[in-house]
Amino acid sequence: MRHIISVLVENEAGVLSRVAGLFSARGFNVESLTVAPVGTGETSRITLVTAGDGPIIEQILKQLNKLVPVIQVTDLSDSPHVGRELLLVKVLTEAGHPERGGRQEVLNIVQIFQARVVDATPGSLIIEVTGSADKLDACLALLEPYGVADMVRTGQVALARGSRK
Amino acid sequence: MQLTGAEIVVRCLLEEGVRVVFGYPGGAALYIYDEMHKQEERLTHFLVRHEQGALHAADGYARVTGEVGVALVTSGPGATNAVTGLATAYMDSIPILCISAQVPVPLIGNDAFQEVDTVGITRSCTKHNYLVRDVRDLARVLREAFYIAKSGRPGPVLVDIPKDVSNTLCEYTPPDGDVTIRSYRPTIKGHMRQIRRAVEMLQAAKRPLLYTGGGVVLANASKGLQQLTRTLNLPITNTLMGLGSFPATDGRFIGMLGMHGTYEANMAVSHCDLLVAIGARFDDRVTGKVADFATQAKIIHIDVDPTSISKNVRVDLPIVGDVRAVLEQINALIQEENCAEKQEDILRWWEQIEAWRAKNCLHFTQDDRVIESQYVIQTLCNLTRGQAIISTDVGQHQMWAAQFYEFQYPRHWLTSGGLGTMGYGLPAAIGAQVARPNKPVIVITGDGSIQMNIQELGTCLQYRLPVKIVILNNGFLGMVRQWQEFFYNKRYAQTDLEIAPDFVKLAEAYGALGLRTDRPDEVESILRQGLEHPGTVLMDFRVRREANVYPMVPAGKALNEMLLGELL
Ligand SMILES: Cc1cc2nc3c(=O)[nH]c(=O)nc-3n(C[C@H](O)[C@H](O)[C@H](O)COP(=O)(O)OP(=O)(O)OC[C@H]3O[C@@H](n4cnc5c(N)ncnc54)[C@H](O)[C@@H]3O)c2cc1C
Ligand SMILES: Cc1ncc(C[n+]2csc(CCOP(=O)(O)OP(=O)(O)O)c2C)c(N)n1
Repeated sequence: MRHIISVLVENEAGVLSRVAGLFSARGFNVESLTVAPVGTGETSRITLVTAGDGPIIEQILKQLNKLVPVIQVTDLSDSPHVGRELLLVKVLTEAGHPERGGRQEVLNIVQIFQARVVDATPGSLIIEVTGSADKLDACLALLEPYGVADMVRTGQVALARGSRK
Repeated sequence: MQLTGAEIVVRCLLEEGVRVVFGYPGGAALYIYDEMHKQEERLTHFLVRHEQGALHAADGYARVTGEVGVALVTSGPGATNAVTGLATAYMDSIPILCISAQVPVPLIGNDAFQEVDTVGITRSCTKHNYLVRDVRDLARVLREAFYIAKSGRPGPVLVDIPKDVSNTLCEYTPPDGDVTIRSYRPTIKGHMRQIRRAVEMLQAAKRPLLYTGGGVVLANASKGLQQLTRTLNLPITNTLMGLGSFPATDGRFIGMLGMHGTYEANMAVSHCDLLVAIGARFDDRVTGKVADFATQAKIIHIDVDPTSISKNVRVDLPIVGDVRAVLEQINALIQEENCAEKQEDILRWWEQIEAWRAKNCLHFTQDDRVIESQYVIQTLCNLTRGQAIISTDVGQHQMWAAQFYEFQYPRHWLTSGGLGTMGYGLPAAIGAQVARPNKPVIVITGDGSIQMNIQELGTCLQYRLPVKIVILNNGFLGMVRQWQEFFYNKRYAQTDLEIAPDFVKLAEAYGALGLRTDRPDEVESILRQGLEHPGTVLMDFRVRREANVYPMVPAGKALNEMLLGELL
């Protein structure tokens, strides 16, 4: 099963390599990992998406907790949470190339997914999509036939719903 | 008060009560060495002959005293030579502070002379490590390093100090109160509900067994352990790392368990209905085939490190906490058994265990022609009444030492269990002898292992350390040869050490006393002579070339599928 794990760490040199090193050294798998400072910048929040059965996830949580600069570890999958990911995708929509499809169709897809066009040239569009990983996958699947030149995804970030910390 | 980085290092060491440092100098470490030299009356530096030796010596010092052992090495090759020592200490949870020098901050990352990414290299073999880029962080980092090394589950911590940092002035403030790190707070006391459950389970069990490990030694919890064992008349088995935490001569002790454990211990594990693991981590050398491990038992696991719990074996009752604190909590509630029926259960369990013990699985015979290693260790144990500090290398001699030396006290047994580091024994003994100048410190080693770090004889002689070295010389990398005999059809690939130095002459070349015999009837007299000699002694015992350690549980087999010796 997939788990979204949120890790609050001291924002100090080397902390990311400690977390990443833990996963590679112990053979835990990481689907995605995002990190950025939060609050006043003293701490960072790392969001990890990993997969494994119960005992493996239990070890992952314990091992993360054991790292000295780790302040708090939460398995968000345990309870209701909001997860989001951001996708930037560059679609080629050259005028005069019907096989690459029309810009209009692409713009329709943008609308359906409540995405946004953030850059446009005569031959290309960059589209920004946010949402669950599933939504991003679905949107990408629709855009692919038009010619995806490049793309980047952030990996999931998430927060627990309600007042829970 | 303004101090340089080097002055801060020495001051912090003294504040932590450090009196000895094991190390080896080099360019990047010169400011620190200069400062240590100025303060040599208060802080003694022991110059080893290889940085690996410095780390093992600090490790031996730590195992014997329970304090943090301190090592100091230079950048680059100094740091890489320290890695094996760090990994050894990390696997066995030994508190060490290793200070490594680094190239100056502006050169870091430039492939500078003698630069390596020390924190990168040592990240996975230290409990924590630091690169100090700013001298203003130095005192805090050193205090944190000591605290992390010795608290919770102990372990080695490395602090990497660039040369310019050690020569920069900074305002120094003495420590105010205890170190606190908000992201690091080990649990000490056990949860009361769990403690009560444990007491109920202990008093209800019909066939209980204590399985105790290095955590009891690390927590200085022998007294509490002995109280519990005696109150309930429990059988107790130790891991390799737990030896000495319960006196081997007490009848309740049924020997070591695991791959080379006793028949009675492994059978008891396989048949008990309650297994209480105390400061032990269910290592694969202990469990054998996990699916068949202690299948009839409910398991209680007491450990300060939550990651040790339910890692290899699912447990029924986890108790996270310091062994000493938790045993105090349990002992406060436990009652001597008054119920006649329960007393009978335990007696019946003991009868069963005695029947297994009667198999006498460690039996060997000493003829009058070839020395058996077991006989040398047994004689050594008798001569020292089980009171010496014993360090070992890795191999058959290590297992025989574990089986035949009857340890009476904790912190008298230094062996690399987790990493299995050949070359550990002699430098660890140096650390132990420095810590306990008046105690007999004896290295039990093999002819293979002693040649890794034999150079530390120089250190023994320089500081007049009367370490005694007992080589069980079989001319083979014996333990590996044994595996080849059992599992590779006697194809002895690269385990015959055809050429060995004349160990007696080698000892003499360093200025030590060298003794040798190949005659069983001389074993005792050579040992006596060696033990009585006031200086460093190396004793070369030519033992049976192809002897095997029994019992043995082949890797991946269940504990009750152990091989017993040819004689049984
Ligand atoms: C050739 C060879 C053969 C071997 N054969 C055997 C064998 O037959 N039998 C055997 O037992 N071993 C054997 N070993 C050793 C084995 O590899 C392991 O090192 C050993 O079994 C681990 O011992 P332990 O479980 O006591 O754990 P340790 O490594 O001593 O770990 C200590 C445990 O206690 C915990 N702890 C530490 N401090 C505290 C505290 N204050 N409070 C609470 N908990 C604490 C730690 O978190 C850890 O879980 C062999 C090694 C070699 C090299
Ligand atoms: C540094 C290192 N290299 C290799 C090994 C693998 N190994 C384990 S036991 C052993 C043989 C040790 O031989 P010796 O020291 O002569 O002891 P004996 O088994 O003969 O008593 C070897 C090579 C090891 N444990 N450590």
